[in-house]
Formats: sequence, C-alpha cells, structure tokens
Amino acid sequence: MKAESIMIVGVGGQGTLLASRIIGNALIAMGYDVKMSEVHGMAQRGGSVVTYVKYGEKVNSPIIEKAGADLMLAFEELESARWLPYLKENGTLIMNRQKINPMPVITGSAVYPEGIEDKIRSAVKNVIALDALALAREAGTAKAVNVVLIGVMAATMKIGKEVWIEALGKTIPERFLDMNKKAFEMGYAAR
Amino acid sequence: MKKLMLGNEAVARGVYEAGATVVSSYPGTPSTEITESIIAYEGIYAEWAPNEKVALEVASGAAIAGARAFSAMKHVGLNVAADPLFTMSYIGSNGGLVIAVADDPGMHSSQNEQDSRHYARASKTVMLEPSDSQEAKDYTKWAFEISEEYDTPVLVRLSTRVSHSQSIVELGERVEYQLKDYEYNPAKNVMMPAMGRARHAIVEERMEKLKLLSDKGDYNRIEINDTSVGIITSGIAYQYSKEVFPDASYLKIGMCYPLPDNLILEFASKVNRIIVIEELDPFIEEHCKSLGLAVEGKDRLPLCGEYSADLLGEKLLGLKKGTYSLNDEIIPIRPPVMCAGCPHRGLFYAVKKLKLIVTGDIGCYTLGALPPLNALDTCICMGAGFTAAHGFNKARGNEFSKKVIGVMGDSTFTHSGITGLIDIVYNKGISTVLVLDNSITGMTGHQNNPVNGYTIKGEPTRQVDIEKLAYAIGFERVRKIDPFDVDNTIKVLKEETKADEPSLIIVQRPCALLKSVKYKGCVVVDHDKCKRCMMCMKLGCPAISDIDGKIIIDETQCVGCGLCLNVCKFGAMRMEGGN
Ligand SMILES: Cc1ncc(C[n+]2csc(CCOP(=O)(O)OP(=O)(O)O)c2C)c(N)n1
Repeated sequence: MKAESIMIVGVGGQGTLLASRIIGNALIAMGYDVKMSEVHGMAQRGGSVVTYVKYGEKVNSPIIEKAGADLMLAFEELESARWLPYLKENGTLIMNRQKINPMPVITGSAVYPEGIEDKIRSAVKNVIALDALALAREAGTAKAVNVVLIGVMAATMKIGKEVWIEALGKTIPERFLDMNKKAFEMGYAAR
Repeated sequence: MKKLMLGNEAVARGVYEAGATVVSSYPGTPSTEITESIIAYEGIYAEWAPNEKVALEVASGAAIAGARAFSAMKHVGLNVAADPLFTMSYIGSNGGLVIAVADDPGMHSSQNEQDSRHYARASKTVMLEPSDSQEAKDYTKWAFEISEEYDTPVLVRLSTRVSHSQSIVELGERVEYQLKDYEYNPAKNVMMPAMGRARHAIVEERMEKLKLLSDKGDYNRIEINDTSVGIITSGIAYQYSKEVFPDASYLKIGMCYPLPDNLILEFASKVNRIIVIEELDPFIEEHCKSLGLAVEGKDRLPLCGEYSADLLGEKLLGLKKGTYSLNDEIIPIRPPVMCAGCPHRGLFYAVKKLKLIVTGDIGCYTLGALPPLNALDTCICMGAGFTAAHGFNKARGNEFSKKVIGVMGDSTFTHSGITGLIDIVYNKGISTVLVLDNSITGMTGHQNNPVNGYTIKGEPTRQVDIEKLAYAIGFERVRKIDPFDVDNTIKVLKEETKADEPSLIIVQRPCALLKSVKYKGCVVVDHDKCKRCMMCMKLGCPAISDIDGKIIIDETQCVGCGLCLNVCKFGAMRMEGGN
C-alpha cells in the first residue's frame, strides 16, 4: 500500500502531541511502518503546532507535503484554515469548533476570520465538524479534547475499535484512563 | 523488540546499549529529550550541567578516566563547548567520547541556523549523521566504537526533523562495558605546547586513517538504480530526496566528516550527473567540487531554512501542486506567546511603564519581545543579557545606563550570567541587572537547574543562593521582588536604576505550569465597572481579549493567576472560584 498520511494541527498546549502518540501506538499494533514528526520547543508556547503521522509498508520522509494529508485532525478553527492546503483532494477534515484568539487578534492588529467552517465546506467535500470541547467536558475533563477527536477519527478508519482502546491504555496513565475511554466513545459515537 | 521512538529517544537508547556510564548535558531544543530519556535507564549516571562547556568537560574527564561518556547539546551549545572539543581532539578518548549535536534548520526554536558540520572539520574529529531513529541508535553505538578505535571524540549530528520524528527502532541489549584502565600519561592528557605539538601530528595521521574508514562504505552507502541522476545526500534530506526521486541512484552519506573521497569519485563515474541535496551550507557540495566534480546543488537549492519534498520537487523538477485554499481569506499568524499565568508578564508590564531599554537573553522571557509588550531591545546568546547592558553603560555613560536593564532567567544565569556579574563589578559598571527566577528551565520544557535545587532525577540538592553569590562577587545592592506585585516592582526598578552602583534584582515567582503552582479559579469581568482603559490588554495575556467592545476572559485559557486584578484600577476584575 502507498503510505497514508494523518495531519494533526492545533495550538500549542492543546494536547496534539499526546494525540499523535495514541495514533502511533494504534498503527504500530497494526504492523505498519510508521513515522511521525512533532513540534517541540518554542511553538508549544501557544503557537501554531502541527504533527505529521505517516504509515504504510514503507515510509521515507516523516513530513507531509502540501495536498498530502488523507486525514486532517484540526483542534482549532483558524488552524484548520491555515493548514487546509495540506489536505489531499477528497481528503477528510475533522474539525473542532473551538476558537482560540492568536495574539495579533488579541492586540487588535488582525481579525479572526468569520464563518471559517462554511467557507471550508464550500471548498472541501468531506468535513466533519463538532464541538469536541463540550464532549470532553461531558466526559469529565476539558483536557480530553484530543481523545474525543481521535474517537471521531477512529470511526472513519478501518482499524478495529479494540486496537484504539488498547492504544489508549498504552499511552495514558491508569488514573486518567476511564475518563479518556469515555471521551473516546463519545467521539466515536459523534461521527 | 520493536518500538516507535523519537530520534532523540533512539540516541539515548544507543548510549545505553553502548554501555556508557557517564552523561553530562545542558538542555536545548531540539536535543533535550536525549538526556531526559537517558535517566530512565539503569546503570548510567546522568546530570544537567550548568552549561555545555561544563558538560563536555565532565564527559571528557569521564572518558579519560576510562568510561564511555556522552554529552548532548543543541547547535549553539557546541559554540559554548567548542573549547574543550578542540583540545579533546588532541587528547582523544580512552573510554569512548561521543557528543550529540542537534541543528535546527528552519529555526523552530533557535536564535540562528548555524551548520555544525563545520565544527567536525575545524576540530579534526569525526561526524556521523543519521537520517531516522534506527540510524540514530545504530550510529550512536558505532560512534563509541570509532571513538575508541581511532582515539578521537565523535560527533553525532542530528537535526530537528530527525530528533523530533518518531520511527521504528529494533532494540538491542546493553553491552557489559568494562572501564578502560586509567594510566598516568601526560604526553597524551596534559595539553601544553610540547605535548600539543606531538599530538597535532598524531591527529593529522588519524584523519588519514579515518578517511579510509569513511571510504570503506559502512557508513556511506552507494545505491545504484537509474544512473541518469545521482544524488549525494545525508540526514533528513535523504528521506525527502527518496520521496521526490524514488528511482535515482544515491550516495547516502552517514559519515559527513571526513567525507569518502574514493566513494564519491566511484559514484561519479557511474552516474550521468550529480545533485547534492543537503540542508544549510554546501558542505558536501564544496567537497565534491574540490575533487574536481561538476556537481549541482546550491545553484537551485536554498542556503536558508529547512528543506521538504515539496521544495525539492519545486526547485529541481519545477513541480507545482494544486491545493485547497480559502482564496483571499487573511489568516492571522499565531506566534508563540508567554503562557497565561507566566510570571515574566508582570515584570515586562512594569518595565514597559518605565520605558526602559532592555538587553535581553534567551528563555521564555524572550517572548516579551513580541507585541503587545515589545519589551526587549537585544537578544544575542545566553549570558549576553547582563554583559550587553554593561556594553551600553560603557558606550554611552552612566546617565544613559540608568535607563537600561539587563535580564535573564535562572537557568541562563547559572549557564553564563555569573561571569557577566563579575565583569560589571570588577570594571566599575553601574548596570541594573535582573534574574527572572521562575524556579525552572522553562523554554526547553521544564528541566531542573542549580537554582531550583533539584537534580535531573528530581532529587533535592544544594541550591545556588543568588543573593549571597552577588554579595560575594561585590554587588552591594541586591533586591528580591515578586513580579505580580506590580506597584512594588515599579518602585524597586526606579530605585535601583537611579543608583550610581550596580544592582541585582532577583525577580521571583514560579512558572505557572509547574505542578507545585496551584492557582485556582478564573477571572471574570464586571462590565459595569470596566472603563475600557485597556490596561489589562497591555499585559498581552492570551486569556484576555477585546471582543465587540467588551473585555472578555477566555475561561479555557485563564489559570487564575490574578495579575490582571493587580493592574485594573477600577476593580472590574474579579476572581471566581479562586483562593
Ligand atoms: C548555548 C545555548 N544553550 C542552550 C540553549 C537553549 N535554551 C534556550 S532558552 C533556555 C533556557 C532558559 O531557561 P531560563 O533562563 O531559566 O528561562 P525560562 O525559559 O525559564 O524563562 C535554553 C536552555 C540556547 N539557546 N543556547
């Protein structure tokens, strides 16, 4: 098979790194060659962050190129718009309807664009949008936004649910596991 | 067993499997996780040193004493450690001495984009360059073997995309390494002119032997395929090239210093044309040209920034891709910011009010340079926050100096701030300098340091007392302040900058992300009391926005630090659910 690509975009501090680790563990369990590339350091301080996940028989570059992502998991609206050129034609965008103002918007030197979801929908066919923050809170913690989104994504993929549950167990500390399993299920059902 | 690992984790695994027992490093993105991962392994002593020079000296001593020793740092860290590196090249090893150095093409988290391969050439040592996590582990192990067999320090060069990409690694066993005997040997270990002269000749002989090793092809591999294009490449650029030119022939360089002359010439004889694909400087390309080969490369590929498969496709094949886009929608940039609750914010707010010139330094507080705070005038390298202030003092005199302050963080202070303090007192400067002590090395992701009093493993240890240290150095004015007490901060800054002597202000409040910091609740705005004076907006807090004519607190961002309560003159900010 040709390598498939998942791109995770969001704002530093939203838990995108943990999301990529869970996805990585699930893909490894499926026996794929996997490469992932992450952003550490400065951008994690509230900057625009992106994680690339590629899997298949053999993966070379860990980086996803423009029009290269089969799936894009966007943790924030503006970030989904920023990284949209990386979505493959007919790729699927899963977007969290959360808005986090970047500093130029806060200081008034820029405006947060209106109606991003509608604009994206008019260009892209496969869009799943949801309020993952509300679901995460319902599951018990606002921090589980990442796991809710993974749940949504898992429901679109051909990998068995049990593989995902196991990957959660491998990645998340025991004492938070139940809450996160719940968050995953809520995302899975929201699809 | 197979495991998905960051390049950095794989280097750590290589250090473990090689049987190394002493590790001393200083954090720096993208190298930090190497040493952080090492502490999980038993049987290795690991430490955070105050800076990279100290770290490499500790590792050097350990190697001379017979252990396999290791040090990791970012590219600019090697500048600091360059002094021991160049002379350890003469001394060589005993137990293997390996240094991982992580470059940052694209400057994701760095102040410059230097190419550390030049250090291998300049110090006449060896440099290996892995292109994924498996190679990162294998090359690290090899590096120890080369170091011992050829009696040289060995550098392993990483880059952000190798360090911070995960790929699959086959784990191996740790070798039971016996310490090499330590013998008194001044001719080899005491570098003064007479000994150094003899050792230099040995270094030159060693380079000849290493060239043979490079040519042997264990590290540098020819892959013959379609011979119309031959690509010479190394590191992550190899992976990008494979995406764009899957059918080309390759000379994949794994040992980038010394380069394999004979392999390069052999490769050239087999292919019609050669493109050298390497990030940053034309290091391999110029070497090929020195061999008389007409290679292509930087004539079309950039010297600046990171490469990608897209960039190679565009520059070398003229490919352009159609992509989704939101046409003419303007998407605001999202630069990194000081976190909500960051103690540095209170200080910079006060500094802005006083319109001071700030010679800054490197750490989370560098983010104070961005709008709306715009609070830094300079940022050069670690340590320059204090010394550049002294330079301003000597260039423009004492009166001018009263408008200038130098700032740096606690980790930066023990890295290279102390010598600056000494310089100011010793040379009769009057600068006011500030240590922004947030009890942690923040920017690189929370490492303990000598000021917070915990070791790399979180064990309590002796704490540097900055106040006593400053008195011992000769400062007579030392103050301690809480940056969230904005009025007092302004008062103390005024008093100290006015003085005709040097002052040190220790600005103390722990990083809001530390587990020990327990802010509670969330701020709400009383819109009846709010006069829209916009003082709170000057804080540049990511939780405070001005939306549709109203000051709004984003409850998902607010940590309840309460700084905004201290700057609001109308009592319009209220803590809810707080303590
Ligand atoms: C020579 C060198 N080594 C390492 C780094 C990486 N680095 C950047 S900021 C920083 C630490 C800053 O910590 P601190 O001074 O405590 O400030 P904080 O980030 O906590 O505010 C480090 C290690 C560097 N830029 N230069």
